[in-house]
Amino acid sequence: MRADEDVAAGVPEPAVVLRVEGLTKSFLGTTVLRDVDLTVRAGEVHGLVGENGAGKSTLMKVLAGVHQPDSGTVRIEGREVHFTHPVQAQRAGISTVFQEFNLLPDRTVAENLSLGREPRRRGLVDTRQMVEDAARLLADLGVEGLDPRRVTRSLSVAEQQVVEIAKAVGQDARLISMDEPTAALAEHEVSLLYSIIARIRARGVAILYVSHRLKEVFDLCGRITVLKDGERVVTAAAAELDEQSLVRHMVGRPLTTFFPDPAPGTTPGEPRLTLQDAGNGYVDGITLQVRRGEIVGLAGLQGSGRTELVEAVFGAEPFTRGQMELDGAPVRVTTPRQAIRHRIALVTEDRKATGLALQQSLLDNALGVVRASFPRRTAAARDAMPGTLSSLAVSARSLAQEVQYLSGGNQQKVVLARWLAIRPRVVLLDEPTRGIDVGAKHAVYELMRGLAAEGVAVLMVSSELPEVLGMADRILVMRDGRLAGELTGAATEEEVLAVATGADTHEGAA
Amino acid sequence: MTGALRLPRGVPLTSTGIVYLVLLLVVLLSTVLTASAGRNFFSPGNLSAVLTGMSVLGFIAIGQTLVILAGSLDLSVPYVTSLCSLVAGTAMAGQTSNVVLGVVVALGTASVIGLVNGLVVAVLDVHGFIATLGMGLIISGYLASNYQGSAGSAPRAFRLWGATHIGPVPLSTLVMLGCAALVIVLLRRTRMGHHLYAVGGNREVARMSGVQTVPPVVVAHVLCSLLSGVAGLLLLARLSVGSPTIGSQGGYDLMSIAAVVLGGTVLGGGKGNVLGTLGGVAIFAVLDNVMSVMAVNPFLKDVVRGLVIIVAVAVYARRSTGGRPARFERPSVTDAALQEAR
Repeated sequence: MRADEDVAAGVPEPAVVLRVEGLTKSFLGTTVLRDVDLTVRAGEVHGLVGENGAGKSTLMKVLAGVHQPDSGTVRIEGREVHFTHPVQAQRAGISTVFQEFNLLPDRTVAENLSLGREPRRRGLVDTRQMVEDAARLLADLGVEGLDPRRVTRSLSVAEQQVVEIAKAVGQDARLISMDEPTAALAEHEVSLLYSIIARIRARGVAILYVSHRLKEVFDLCGRITVLKDGERVVTAAAAELDEQSLVRHMVGRPLTTFFPDPAPGTTPGEPRLTLQDAGNGYVDGITLQVRRGEIVGLAGLQGSGRTELVEAVFGAEPFTRGQMELDGAPVRVTTPRQAIRHRIALVTEDRKATGLALQQSLLDNALGVVRASFPRRTAAARDAMPGTLSSLAVSARSLAQEVQYLSGGNQQKVVLARWLAIRPRVVLLDEPTRGIDVGAKHAVYELMRGLAAEGVAVLMVSSELPEVLGMADRILVMRDGRLAGELTGAATEEEVLAVATGADTHEGAA
Repeated sequence: MTGALRLPRGVPLTSTGIVYLVLLLVVLLSTVLTASAGRNFFSPGNLSAVLTGMSVLGFIAIGQTLVILAGSLDLSVPYVTSLCSLVAGTAMAGQTSNVVLGVVVALGTASVIGLVNGLVVAVLDVHGFIATLGMGLIISGYLASNYQGSAGSAPRAFRLWGATHIGPVPLSTLVMLGCAALVIVLLRRTRMGHHLYAVGGNREVARMSGVQTVPPVVVAHVLCSLLSGVAGLLLLARLSVGSPTIGSQGGYDLMSIAAVVLGGTVLGGGKGNVLGTLGGVAIFAVLDNVMSVMAVNPFLKDVVRGLVIIVAVAVYARRSTGGRPARFERPSVTDAALQEAR
């Protein structure tokens, strides 16, 4: 039953691993994939890009056996397959690395890697074999110094991501699809992922790579498929495209200036937020100033203390030393509630865990902070909210819709709307564009410019250097819990990385 | 100070380690208190009393550990215990020749109850709390309407299983420890055990890894009911009659959950072990023993038990919050010990 695509050895074009034809899928009458074709060959990294809601996730989930298509065919190495359960997809050779970690935090690395396929000897699980298998798998991927007996919870985010990928490879996958595998990684950790992907490719495994970071897509992918509104717009060799044309395909309109310019007349004014030699258990000796109307970027590697610093300002993990001033007046902030009363806002890194009550309505989420901290202003905020939401271009069915059903970009806009409701003086943003689509990113940037124009002090943590360089007036770089240096907004990525890593300028991302 | 909280050879203290450290402290305290009452804690008679006190709760708590690790909960255990003591007692009716029949019928009944619990939880997706609360109510209704009081009778041969000692160690405690050993092997060295941890830790992750998510939950519930049934048989042997209220009088539902949590198992499932549970059971048994020796009034007894549970969970909760180690401030000694124990 081998179909005609099985190209014989010796032919230059490698064998087709995955062939999708005419795939259509709709949910409750809304068509999210329409007549999509996709071909991925052995050893190829195939980029899949598109705005959120373009159908990338649905396509991946169909391939992973989570959803069943309405029509169309999926062939693996020529054989037509129909999945009704994720396990069938894995058995057929498709493994998926989802954005949410698929690991058990309280089990060891080895136990996670062998889950569902534990090696046995005389009927009992052979734990020694399990550890050896895991060590070999990690070594094959070029990962060193990761003991498979460690409990997964104790690993860094990057290490967990590696384990996640190793798990997919260990399932003898012919095709691995990866959904935003770098979303949680810092720039220097991305190079590790690149080398792992290179090794997987060398084994003749095909990779379907979904990412919002266009630079990565160009770095890694041989061919790129663009989806828009559930349809395939184009599939082309990466060499035939550039960022401009790719973005044009994705949004259907050219984005001439990706990072908006400051609103006319925005000039940094009086100091708004001042820290003098502040510190706690996680950061130390922090002296900085953010002025009215200023956007300051906070760069640094994963774990350098950026999140800890904004959490300290917000009182979540309060400073135990030093001084904090707001508009020249000393303030003590020991709880988030006090910070909010001072009209300091924090958009957290993980909106699903700490940003939103997922099962509550859009309106309840948007009013959450005002209700809790400024109860007398609730009525006014409720009246103003529809205007705020539409100015952010939130697309939702109604104000009563549960936020869990919104796309990532729209969820982030709801988080922003709830902070706008307190008319903030200082806005702390922790990875504000993580995992959201190009259009929503642009909306976040526009909002930041708008806040600055109104005299708000903005402090933004970001692992995406282009974003920091494109938006910030000044860049503070952290290393090992301390401020390691300050750069102007005109700095280059290499300069930021040099300060962040403490190395000379040649040491950059891959 | 930190050094003192480490096990020999630099092995960092695990959460099971803390449990046994606490047990050691409780034993030391009890030795002193018992001595102040003019008695010897380590006398064979007293040791035997402590171990006897461990066995019934031990059986049930081992079962409860399995169920909690699988992400469920079993509130029907005391009623299963009572029901099994009655079913076995009436089947035996004082005849030695009926012992096997009585045991088989009682354990058969227990397994069926566990099977139903497991299927309701795993297939119908009813949370264990609700499913077993309902099952407990059903059984207690059946007991109340069909048994006016004690019923049945255990023959002398069967009563020996509750009364035999090897040195100061009761046979029932040895059997309980044997069951614990089997369950430890099940959890550590079988696929079923690994999958049980996986399903309890995160059912979706388990499912996406190709694990069948129903069997581990069902197996955990069946074993829990079976072990509760064994506890019922033990109580029948000790009392020589079956009793419809023996389980609920013991408060085995909440006491077993308390012992499991005291033993370091996470109530949400996926993390913990049987060894810790045994430590938890032993802590309760030692406390009960010393309070009996001291003739503490029953109210105060419950207060002490309650405090122990709350303090233990408060300590564990503190332990699990500190995700990131502090970089700049020396943490307090207790923080350091708790970090180690993570």
